[in-house]
Amino acid sequence: MPPVPERKASFWSRLSESRNGLGFLFMLPAAVFLLFFLTYPLGLGVWLGFTDARIGDSGEWIGLENYIWLMDDPVFWLSVFNTVFYTFIASVLKFGLGLWLALLLNRHLPFKNLFRAIILLPWVVPTVLSALAFWWIFDSQFSIISWVLMKWGIISQPINFLGDPWNARASVIAANVWRGIPFVAISLLAGLQTIPQSLNEAAAIDGATPWQRFTKVTLPLLTPIIAVVMTFSVLFTFTDFQLIYVLTRGGPVNATHLMATLSFQRAIPGGQLGEGAAIAVAMIPFLLAAILFSFFGLQRRKWQQGAD
Amino acid sequence: MASVTIRDVRKSYGAVEVMHGVSVDIEEGEFVVLVGPSGCGKSTLLRMLAGLEHITSGQILIGDKVVNDLPPKDRDIAMVFQNYALYPHLTVAENMGFSLKLAGVSRAEIETRVKPAADILGLAHLLDRYPRQLSGGQRQRVAMGRAIVRDPQVFLFDEPLSNLDAKLRVTMRTEIKNLHHRLKTTTVYVTHDQIEAMTMADKIVVMHDGRVEQIGSPLELYDRPDNLFVAGFIGSPAMNMIRGTAQDGAFVAENGQRLPVGRAPQGRKLIYGARPEAITLGGDIPLTIEVTEPTGAETYVVGTLGGQAVTCVFRDRVAARPGEVIHVAIDPAAVHLFDAESGVRLSK
Ligand SMILES: Nc1ncnc2c1ncn2[C@@H]1O[C@H](COP(=O)(O)OP(=O)(O)OP(=O)(O)O)[C@@H](O)[C@H]1O
Ligand SMILES: [Mg+2]
Repeated sequence: MPPVPERKASFWSRLSESRNGLGFLFMLPAAVFLLFFLTYPLGLGVWLGFTDARIGDSGEWIGLENYIWLMDDPVFWLSVFNTVFYTFIASVLKFGLGLWLALLLNRHLPFKNLFRAIILLPWVVPTVLSALAFWWIFDSQFSIISWVLMKWGIISQPINFLGDPWNARASVIAANVWRGIPFVAISLLAGLQTIPQSLNEAAAIDGATPWQRFTKVTLPLLTPIIAVVMTFSVLFTFTDFQLIYVLTRGGPVNATHLMATLSFQRAIPGGQLGEGAAIAVAMIPFLLAAILFSFFGLQRRKWQQGAD
Repeated sequence: MASVTIRDVRKSYGAVEVMHGVSVDIEEGEFVVLVGPSGCGKSTLLRMLAGLEHITSGQILIGDKVVNDLPPKDRDIAMVFQNYALYPHLTVAENMGFSLKLAGVSRAEIETRVKPAADILGLAHLLDRYPRQLSGGQRQRVAMGRAIVRDPQVFLFDEPLSNLDAKLRVTMRTEIKNLHHRLKTTTVYVTHDQIEAMTMADKIVVMHDGRVEQIGSPLELYDRPDNLFVAGFIGSPAMNMIRGTAQDGAFVAENGQRLPVGRAPQGRKLIYGARPEAITLGGDIPLTIEVTEPTGAETYVVGTLGGQAVTCVFRDRVAARPGEVIHVAIDPAAVHLFDAESGVRLSK
């Protein structure tokens, strides 16, 4: 027999028989896919951040100039503040309200399934559509909230929801919370349902009040799922774009500009591709920090399956 | 320690009544076993005792206090669940001390109470482990430990051994029994396994379809079952039941075979009950052998007697082959007669 084909065959058989080799083979298609569709745009974005590219001009390498420029840009720093503020407040609210809803839905309610379906609605509606609805709700003259409050005689003139910086911030946060709650609530509900009822009963017999059952049994058992859900929620919120863009376009006077919207505005309408890319790249450290935080939060707790 | 009184307790889920008036008296320190087939309401009754299910009507008393509307934590009971319900995020020691911690007992005090309980159950070297790092039997013991540490008025066990293998089940049975001897705490123990019931109970409550069929000591139930259900449920292999009527001082099976009996009402349709060991070798009743199962000490024989299937247990070895006919005797004093229609025992 000729030696070459045999060696080749044995290489393949070795590869397909070894655990790691086989794993590598199975991973390959996904890895190539990821490399192409994830890494390429990311790499291009990072590269653009180091150039003075404009629309229609591929630009030249200018090193850190974009970043140095941003350091002195108060609008950029305002957008950083807005993003952190927006993410923090919205995430806390989504967590609190989402958990509360999940606990409610986990009880025996009449029409439980109907309620669960309704809860999902804000998430199913396209963001742009719900943003438009909020745009009406927050309209400076035709707002239904202002109208109702005026009918009740609580206020005498319409609230300028999107025209005042802090009102605008509160408004976009409210819209984001409304939209983000279903994800948190339904995911936590799924987590709650994995907790056996008998644990709660055992705790009740052991003398726990409902509050103690929640803090000493339910919550600790839910933490792994909370960590996953809130990581995703924070990442979604931090990179939010559509809601803001439809509701305020970053106004008034940049009060609601997030890093994502600012990046887009500088890059596309403003034509400064390089600068926009630099702002987008500046989001990466924040996102990495969030991921690292959750990585440590997510680490299997000692009591969970699979750790030692 | 306290007595437990269950008075005409009923339970409905929606329009469906699953418990039709159950009354049981449990004395202080007694070990009572609730036994019955699946779905008869044992767990429901236990959970009503624990306060985990609402009582539709009737009364439950622990000691001399009506606890109908008391939440579980105020009933001073401890329960061992079928799936153990250990807190997965707490260690063995924390699991056992959980109730004390909730009650605000100091750390040192918790330790001094967990330690002896752990020693009794042989858990002392496992105190720092998490439930997932324990075997089934160890988990079972932790669940008991959690109950013991409470030092409650009443222990409730819901099929605590059903997840264990046969051998461990026998060991744990003895352990639970020993524990009861030591602690003398009133215990209500649910099982569907009549052997468990027979070996452990001071008093057995046989339930069926949400009703109590009979209450009594294991041997009372074995020797004087009140009805066909109890007769068939208690004892293994089950009691042989032969249909027929009483005529001229003897019992006549449906195929005309005459069987010895004490006094019996004439003419009525009856069920003739004979435990497997009440049938002995050497007599004049023909038995057609179908299967013989020698186990060494005893021989199980399945065959037909009076035209109906019976099982016998002989102390002697039986050499006969399937199809052959042997002759047996039945001790009339050990025969149970039941009314065929109502299933009620005809007292001798
Ligand atoms: N939540 C419920 N809703 C409606 N019916 C129920 C409910 N819980 C129990 N039942 C019914 O009550 C009856 C008694 O149930 P229970 O769990 O007490 O049986 P069990 O004797 O413990 O049986 P097993 O030996 O299988 O555990 C059953 O017929 C069951 O279908
Ligand atoms: Mg049960």
